[in-house]
Amino acid sequence: MKCTEFLQELTNYLDGVIDDRTKAELEDHLAWCHNCYVVCDTTKKTIEIYRNSQLYELPEDLRTRLRTAIVSKCHAKKKTGPERV
Amino acid sequence: MSTIQNRVSEPPVSDELALVQAAKAGDVGAFEELVRRYDRNVFRIAQHITQNREDAEDVVQDAFLKAYGNLNQFQGQSKFYTWLVRIAVNEALMKLRRRRPERMVSLDEDVKTEEDSLPREVADWTPNPEQQYSQAELRDILSRTIQGLPPSFRTVFVLRDVEGLSTEETAEALELSIPAVKSRLLRARLQLRDRLSRYFQRRESADGRPKHDGGDGNQ
Repeated sequence: MKCTEFLQELTNYLDGVIDDRTKAELEDHLAWCHNCYVVCDTTKKTIEIYRNSQLYELPEDLRTRLRTAIVSKCHAKKKTGPERV
Repeated sequence: MSTIQNRVSEPPVSDELALVQAAKAGDVGAFEELVRRYDRNVFRIAQHITQNREDAEDVVQDAFLKAYGNLNQFQGQSKFYTWLVRIAVNEALMKLRRRRPERMVSLDEDVKTEEDSLPREVADWTPNPEQQYSQAELRDILSRTIQGLPPSFRTVFVLRDVEGLSTEETAEALELSIPAVKSRLLRARLQLRDRLSRYFQRRESADGRPKHDGGDGNQ
């Protein structure tokens, strides 16, 4: 397996959606290709860092304000009837 | 090497369908429960796409109100959340287009070549890269790094990897084919990895021992 072929399968490998044979070929490649091992490991860390980052959390006061506005507009819409689309 | 696990714990679909049915019948309280369930997700998605706090606030309001006004069109073939995400992504892209009329913003925009995503940095990272920086610094790094991706890449990345939608749900929410989602996801992941390597790679000191390069931000 070449490095470019490994990269093509990287997403399926990290998501665990590959057949056993391809997985074995990928892991065989990882065992001797240090660059692909590093790329695979650091890509996994990239995903985990973003997933755990709490980037763009909605602050509780803003959350309440938005929800209050949404609910009040829903009540208003209810009175005027359904939207025509 | 282990695979990535989805973090999303999904509420029971039957419970959700009951809320949607009640909201369709005019129960605003049931709709409010749906808002509580997904407002944080919609805000995060909107801010990832628009990269603007005020726009993200508008998207939260507009997406939920549009969903409420069109509940009768929701047939229940997909999950309510996937349907809502589709509305929110469209609202967010509209905001982005308004802000950047000079640049075409489309999820269909195609991607130059495979070359753009080939790894350039293959240096290993420090063992706990995120601990080199304070939380505020880390958020700033992550935010600036993802801003550098084309909207079509960062949208797929945030739905799949941050929000934990499946490939099929992402394809449905973005009206893209499954191969298109997979291709964009691979490139987004590789480009983010490459850019983050600047901050997180392991550095060797003169005596050959690993050196952490966290600057004054070390914690």
